[in-house]
Amino acid sequence: MISASYGAYEKVRAPEVWRVLVSKIGLGHSQPDARVETVVMELRLPRVALAILAGVALGLAGATLQGLFRNPLADPALIGVSGGAALGAVVVIVLLQDSLHNWLGEFGVPVGAMDGALAVTFLIYHLSRVDGRTNAALMLLTGLALNALVGSAIGITVYLASDEQLREWIFWSLGSLGHADWVQIGVAALFIGPTALGLLMLAKPLNVLLLGEAEAMHLGVPVQRVKRTLVLCSALLAGAAVSVCGTIGFVGLMAPHLVRLMLGPDHRTLLPASALLGAALLLASDIAARGVGGFEELPIGVVTALVGAPIFLLLLLRARRKGEF
Amino acid sequence: MLAAHDIYFSRGPRKILAGVTVELTPGRVTALLGTNGAGKSTLLKILAGELTPRQGVVEFGGRPLAAWPALEVAKRRAVLPQESQLAFAFVVREVVMMGRFPHLLGGETSRDWEICDAALARTGAEHLAQRPYPALSSGEKQRVQLARVLAQVWEAPAEGGRALLLDEPIAGLDLAHQHEALRAAREWAQNGAAVLAVLHDLNLAMAYADEAWVLEDGKIGAAGPIAEVLTPALVTRVFGVEAEFLPRPGEARSAILTRPRPVQL
Repeated sequence: MISASYGAYEKVRAPEVWRVLVSKIGLGHSQPDARVETVVMELRLPRVALAILAGVALGLAGATLQGLFRNPLADPALIGVSGGAALGAVVVIVLLQDSLHNWLGEFGVPVGAMDGALAVTFLIYHLSRVDGRTNAALMLLTGLALNALVGSAIGITVYLASDEQLREWIFWSLGSLGHADWVQIGVAALFIGPTALGLLMLAKPLNVLLLGEAEAMHLGVPVQRVKRTLVLCSALLAGAAVSVCGTIGFVGLMAPHLVRLMLGPDHRTLLPASALLGAALLLASDIAARGVGGFEELPIGVVTALVGAPIFLLLLLRARRKGEF
Repeated sequence: MLAAHDIYFSRGPRKILAGVTVELTPGRVTALLGTNGAGKSTLLKILAGELTPRQGVVEFGGRPLAAWPALEVAKRRAVLPQESQLAFAFVVREVVMMGRFPHLLGGETSRDWEICDAALARTGAEHLAQRPYPALSSGEKQRVQLARVLAQVWEAPAEGGRALLLDEPIAGLDLAHQHEALRAAREWAQNGAAVLAVLHDLNLAMAYADEAWVLEDGKIGAAGPIAEVLTPALVTRVFGVEAEFLPRPGEARSAILTRPRPVQL
């Protein structure tokens, strides 16, 4: 509601937002101002929906990757999903502008990003298999190397870009919730919704997997199948999120952290709670990003770190006092 | 019950196991003995199905281990690794509950929690139940892991036997808890489980094990009832120390004293 009120166009008061919403579901008595209605429905609400959707995806992707790598510091950016998505987007913006953009319209960039994310994840997954098993350490290191490679590929591609393309890319790479329309949101939801539900069913095996792959196997978990599913799900989630709102850091790393500190590490609560907290964090950050700078918006990635990091530090200190480290 | 036939295993050019055939007996504790690098852990991992041998078959209850559904094996056979790392702050009781995973259809029942608490009590770790696992000392962690493993095979399944595979279950434990852990292993054997424990302390092996397998250069150098297998000559040959067996009044088995072999000039 608050998020729907603020924005660069003009301030819409909460009661007016409420009136628009009420009239849209056919309950209102009064007809809202048409201009206000357009602002709310076409600019503000998509933004809110996108923040929630991307927050859910990033929170879940982070929680999944941290569980998969048995490392609380794993993050979509670490295994190169975000890098792959960024490269995919850059390639579409700079190199395939004419052909692919015309063909796919507004979907060129999101589709490119998702392909990039999946390709990199697939590559890392296969490069880090030893004797038919995935080695988590090797996976992280391969991710690191691929990230560097992807980074330089992005650098080369951007070098070839025109000024206008460069501006679009920079805007996109800093992360923004402002590009959303209902069609894009629908496409992202199509990827994120089922993936999220599927992940929730893997919560218990994911818990046991934290003991170690051999231990999980001895407890009857089909380790390789579970891991493959987790890799695919996290790539889809992070890729989908990056594709609609650019690279927004911090949420995927911090949401699960904060939840773990507050509710414990059990994935049956961790996964849904990380999704909710991810959404809340992104929503709050977006409000701050638009509120602080007046007409000029701050890049949302700057704000997500600014909002979450101090809370995270406080919780870390509390856990340290309780001897949890 | 749990048997390995003619197992060969190499790591790179190094042969670890060459033609090992062994079988665990229900109701007996078997000590797996040998020097560092003799292949004890490798053999245990092969019996656990964690490593696949280059040649040879592992059978569980008369069926190839690979033909069992993973969950059915997990209900009957638990494995204690040498050390377990867990970077996340699960409470000890939750870690033990992970051992109940193969038995949980929906959620945990009060019976499962009872088993977890009893297993913690069995390894002298009940006072740790609510502590975060990562904050424990290594000996405490090992006891919690043992409790998890015991909780996994707490009750005999409707059909088929149980097996416990313990890789150095008493490493890092203080004396009282060493005895406590091995007493638990004996108790499981008395209730019909087949127990295998990798041990380095020959006296404790003598006191708690019924059988011994001695690994020498990737082969079984000796196997059988432990009182017959362990002799001064074998201890000298395998471990490279001089050994003296002292009969103890009122005890069935001797105490073993060892000293370094004199330096040959």
